[in-house]
Amino acid sequence: MTAPVPSVPAIETRDIRRVYKARPNNVTALDGIDLDVAAGEFFGLLGPNGAGKTTLIKILTTLLAPSSGSARVFGFDIERDTKKIRRIMNMVAGGEQSGYGILTVREQLWMFSQFYGMPGAEGWRRVDELIEAVGLAEQRLQRVNSLSTGQRQKMNFARGLLNDPWILFLDEPTLGLDVSAARAVRELVVQWQAAVPGRTLLLTTHYMAEADELCERIAIVDHGRILAIGAPAELKRRVQRESIFRLELDRLDGGPATLLRLPGVVSAVAATSDGRPDDERQTVAVNLVLADDAALASVVAALTPLGSHIVALAKSEPSLEDVFVELVGRGFEDEGEAPPPDDGLTPAVPQDAHEAGEPELEDVV
Amino acid sequence: MSGQDAASSAAGRGPRPELFVGRAAASPQIAADWSRRRILLTDLRAVRGRAYPRINGLFREKSWVFFEILLPFLTTSAFVFVYRALQAPQEYIGFVVVGGAMTAFWLNVVWMMAAQLYWEKDQGNLELYFAAPMDLMSVLLGMALGGMVMSSSRAASVLVVASVVYGVTFEVDQWLLLIVVFGLTLSALYGLGMILASLFLMWGREAWHTTQLMVEPVYFVSGLNFPVARLGMLGALAVATIPLAVGLDAIRQLAFVGSDVALLPPLAEAGILVAMTAVFTLAARWSLRTLERRARIEGRLTMRWQ
Repeated sequence: MTAPVPSVPAIETRDIRRVYKARPNNVTALDGIDLDVAAGEFFGLLGPNGAGKTTLIKILTTLLAPSSGSARVFGFDIERDTKKIRRIMNMVAGGEQSGYGILTVREQLWMFSQFYGMPGAEGWRRVDELIEAVGLAEQRLQRVNSLSTGQRQKMNFARGLLNDPWILFLDEPTLGLDVSAARAVRELVVQWQAAVPGRTLLLTTHYMAEADELCERIAIVDHGRILAIGAPAELKRRVQRESIFRLELDRLDGGPATLLRLPGVVSAVAATSDGRPDDERQTVAVNLVLADDAALASVVAALTPLGSHIVALAKSEPSLEDVFVELVGRGFEDEGEAPPPDDGLTPAVPQDAHEAGEPELEDVV
Repeated sequence: MSGQDAASSAAGRGPRPELFVGRAAASPQIAADWSRRRILLTDLRAVRGRAYPRINGLFREKSWVFFEILLPFLTTSAFVFVYRALQAPQEYIGFVVVGGAMTAFWLNVVWMMAAQLYWEKDQGNLELYFAAPMDLMSVLLGMALGGMVMSSSRAASVLVVASVVYGVTFEVDQWLLLIVVFGLTLSALYGLGMILASLFLMWGREAWHTTQLMVEPVYFVSGLNFPVARLGMLGALAVATIPLAVGLDAIRQLAFVGSDVALLPPLAEAGILVAMTAVFTLAARWSLRTLERRARIEGRLTMRWQ
């Protein structure tokens, strides 16, 4: 049986603020977040480290109370209906080391299935299905502490699906994975959502390509505020006021400056850093910015008299990074990671715990 | 895909997304609406789930034989030789052996109950526990149940080995009462452990160090290696507050009939243990609720970086 897509929004937040007490100054992690995510939507929160993405996820997953404002998940209030929300959601974070290394993959997942109240036998059956689904069948009897990072994240993903959640929160799920493992996880996410209509995903990431590839809509977040919301293409259109082309020619006497004289050409810059021809391909690449697409015709027409022939021509789309730069005035890489609030109370495992011969974390069951 | 994953796919055992369909539910509202029975069953299953790694992992790490049987046995042996040198009554050897066996439970309570939520936070499990629909008491009860089973095997090993080696003879008249008192001692002891687990998490390093400081004094006032009655008022105070002290005193009376070094009759001590179990369990529940509330407000208890 396939359930219809719920009409109630999956996520609604109104003026959510979250301030962490810290010395010498409090840290405002969220500063008035208004967000609506429809049921069945794949929604992304894109922003640099410290933007407030994880704080928002913690609030929506009922782990953290907002300092002010309200939020609902499928109509359930995050402050009053915590148990109900926990019954229909799950979460997976990147770099997650949850569970106990002494258990096998199968046992670990079964243990978590019990926390969602699955009958014992049904839990084992569901675990076996999910192990198959994520492609860990060969590792099912392997101890968790012997899994590779990618395998571990697949197992975490299977854990997040144990209760067949209506909404899945993914907090930087590909963090620390190599390219192929990250791709495998992304494929699993997409396949899981596509299997049943109405499944909602909220993804936080600071990988722009990941957000671009996966999300139907994206909110760009910085310093606890949403700067823009929309489909990736829509966001990119906002910054695309001119047409950008990459032009590859067999030769260009006089260099890119020759093209600058043509009508409609805003800029023409060599695509290689030193401006010299590509020795391997024996071509010259030029990044062209035109006032509009129509200006391309005059450029093409002007090339023949110059004795140049087009080897390749591609239109460049602006990236989400361009959108972010346009909105914020800086790139992701310019933002240092926000330091955790120092409230002077930070509980931590004593530094000397392991030196004192106490058990390694993986052994602590 | 990693090399292993690729091999898996090549063998025809790669991801099978058709299995993602799962169970059907009409709407999130229906899926979230649980009956009381389902809530209760979930809590019970969560107890089972959390106990599983401890019970199942019992024999996976063999190092426990050294740390939890051999070392307590050596400590016990030291006291046995002291008592023999002093020509103490024979039952004192038995007292020490019983105390040595019970040490396994106390160590388990300190390291794997009281400190456990602390470790769980560091491993990232705590926020998953908080985010699951079960009652958090289920986690503590599961840890306690698993810990009891785990420690029982250690305690039984110490008891059997030491009894055989040192020729301890038990004289039991009331087996049922002995079993009940033993069970109550564990209940009260693990109830205390559940409270400490919450306190450790709330007060972090301070609680950790305080407990470390308390380990030896607790050994002393609990009378692990001698009858607590010999401590007079201090012993009486220990019996009133420390489950190990009152439990040991009762167990020794019941396991060695005729010994006359006890503070209170076993039945009275059983009553104290019942009261302790009730108080500790309720206090643990309250502290856990407080912990969860503070965790949500302050945002520093479930998150590793805070």
